[in-house]
Amino acid sequence: MATPPNMSAADFADGLSAMRSAVGADWVFDQPADLNTYRDFYSVLWGEPEEKVASAAVAPANVEEVQQVVRIANERRIPIYPISTGRNLGYGGSAPVLSGSVVLDLKRMNRVIEVNEDNCSCLVEPGVSFFDMYRHLQESGSKLMMSVPDPGWGSLVGNALDSGGGYTVQGYRGHFEAVCGIEAVMADGELFRTGMGALPGSETWQQYRMGIGPCMDGLFRQSTLGVVTKMGFWMFPRPEAWLSASVSVMRYEDLEELVRIANELEYGNIFNGMPGFSSPVLTQGNPIVMAMVPDAAEMNRMVEESGIPAWSFSPNFYGPEKVIRAQWEYVQSRFAHIPGVRFAEQSFVDLPISAEDMERIHKPRFGIPSLEIFNVGSRGYGDFNPSDGHIWFSAVIPRSGKGIIDANRVMRRECERLGLDLFMFAPAVTCWTRSFVLFAAVPVYKDPARNQHLREAVREIIDICAEHGWGEYRCPPAFMDDVMGAYSFGDHKLRRVNEAIKDALDPNGILSAGRYGVWPKHLREGRGA
Amino acid sequence: MRLLLASAALLAAGVGAVAAQDAVRTGPAAPELAEGKAVYAHWCAPCHAAEPSLPGTMSLAAKYDGSDIPAALEDRTDLSAPVIGVFVRNGVAWMPPFRPTEISDAELAQLSAYLTAPLEDRGAHTPLLADEMVQLHGGSSE
Ligand SMILES: Cc1cc2nc3c(=O)[nH]c(=O)nc-3n(C[C@H](O)[C@H](O)[C@H](O)COP(=O)(O)OP(=O)(O)OC[C@H]3O[C@@H](n4cnc5c(N)ncnc54)[C@H](O)[C@@H]3O)c2cc1C
Ligand code: HEC
Repeated sequence: MATPPNMSAADFADGLSAMRSAVGADWVFDQPADLNTYRDFYSVLWGEPEEKVASAAVAPANVEEVQQVVRIANERRIPIYPISTGRNLGYGGSAPVLSGSVVLDLKRMNRVIEVNEDNCSCLVEPGVSFFDMYRHLQESGSKLMMSVPDPGWGSLVGNALDSGGGYTVQGYRGHFEAVCGIEAVMADGELFRTGMGALPGSETWQQYRMGIGPCMDGLFRQSTLGVVTKMGFWMFPRPEAWLSASVSVMRYEDLEELVRIANELEYGNIFNGMPGFSSPVLTQGNPIVMAMVPDAAEMNRMVEESGIPAWSFSPNFYGPEKVIRAQWEYVQSRFAHIPGVRFAEQSFVDLPISAEDMERIHKPRFGIPSLEIFNVGSRGYGDFNPSDGHIWFSAVIPRSGKGIIDANRVMRRECERLGLDLFMFAPAVTCWTRSFVLFAAVPVYKDPARNQHLREAVREIIDICAEHGWGEYRCPPAFMDDVMGAYSFGDHKLRRVNEAIKDALDPNGILSAGRYGVWPKHLREGRGA
Repeated sequence: MRLLLASAALLAAGVGAVAAQDAVRTGPAAPELAEGKAVYAHWCAPCHAAEPSLPGTMSLAAKYDGSDIPAALEDRTDLSAPVIGVFVRNGVAWMPPFRPTEISDAELAQLSAYLTAPLEDRGAHTPLLADEMVQLHGGSSE
């Protein structure tokens, strides 16, 4: 059994027994069979000595119990690692970053505290999953739509804290952007509320994000600074309809113009849904993997021979039918000058969604949770299956035609050279409106030799991306130090500022040690090793 | 809704024209299986319900292609409680294990009781949450 680093078995046992008194013996798990369920099932370190595993798990039922557990940990310097629903597969699952940490499993704190229909907001506890919230909204007859990631078993809180993304409306689908108001237990066990929550009696905690002074919500994004116990979100009033369309162009050279105009339309609020950018001719073979972008002449020849467009932009619109049809018409007018441009309405859906439409839609576009995405890993789907999961590689790249082409070529070339398999590759994902994020999914196997090769290759890719000015927005624990290391401006001032804040707020370094490359003072040298 | 299904079952039994497999899979589960079925609905149906495109169902269809083992877990009669326990606590391929805060040992026992009960006691196939909510609102997901 793992114990926290530099802690005697007796001291650890004493800490666990204090935690048992705080939460009840049934909710402290330290037996191998239980701890096995806290392993990161898609770990790239699976079964190796370096695998990041929990020494125990503790599941408090309410804020007071969280405070007690944190105080117990702080007094004894026991490292703890809070999770909400712990379904962070592809980015670390429910395992800690520092091996031997006690996972603080907040799944039992699953109350929807408020849904405010007039303010279009909610306040929830960490254990509320997207499935739970959907049921709550539906059963209460809510008129609000939430934004969900593909897997519905995660939580509003955990997903937003790792900076997850969904498919819905701008301002909502970058899930941390929709956060308004956080309550957290700090390392000293005290309760902290951000924004208007700091003002006793305010009714505006979920209405005005910043309160007074620096905006503190950001302290908790991908951080090591607190245990979040409540979080507010803005929600979108359920629209009357949804329209998805496509603008396709027939020449390699048209991509720059396509992206430039699309950006202007999105930032001008002419469409509000998540747009898609792809290359129909380069995804013929496999719709979820874009092939290498060839040179202009070659690509134009492929287009001519196949009749399949070079590039496509798919705007999505949420709103009243009349309005979104007018918006689509205007969008078309803006691209009409591009020779050979093609327009198509792809799909129109009235809300509330009918039983028939439910069978054909991509549910997350409508804030409806599901686990259907996992079928990409099902036997028979691709060449890589059955695999044992995957990791995500997700780099922020410029929102331009050149951004797409450069990122595509560099990734395809380097992955080919390094022998790194990709079963999903989309260079221009738009959960966040102002940049693209290049998403690649790399299959993982429970095979140390393969995983070692994978780790070395991914580290090289991280460096190569950094040379191009591309940094990951999120990553699995095995790569957090590397990714943070790439954000090196000013002799790593970003990391050093994070460390200074860490030392001030968590001097004993008990919370989420190592997350996104920020280590407490006593582990900083070896970075947890 | 439940009532409607139950009376459909009665009708089917009366006419005797519906294949046994279809006729028995309507209505609610036997009362002692209700909790286990709810665990199944929340944690397993999103991947294993009887729809070919779902991850669990799709994988198991490939795994058992050519055999008479059905792809949907809810149609299986060959599973035992220990086997279910091993998969739930250890996972397989893309299916991760479930933590005791998600499915307690008591709930696992209920789930296993449901998945090993005689087919005729299991009631109708569990719908996906999205479809259940459409039904709740009389056909549209209000
Ligand atoms: C096939 C597949 C598809 C996916 N698609 C998407 C997608 O579309 N969008 C997307 O965003 N993700 C996606 N993911 C990644 C991931 O599954 C989701 O982001 C998931 O929601 C994260 O898990 P969770 O919500 O349970 O968060 P958790 O695992 O609970 O939390 C994530 C991390 O945040 C921190 N944290 C959580 N709660 C707290 C707290 N209360 N206090 C302090 N720190 C906390 C912890 O460090 C924790 O490890 C996908 C994964 C897979 C396998
Ligand atoms: C994220 C999707 C997902 C969820 C949720 C899920 N499973 Fe699975 N399950 C799978 C997949 C995929 C497989 C097939 C793996 C393979 O290729 O062998 C599987 C396989 C299994 C098997 C093995 C069957 C066999 O004959 O090989 C059992 C048993 C099982 N699941 C039970 C459950 C139970 C019980 C639950 C709910 C507690 C559950 N699963 C939830 C995806 C899922």
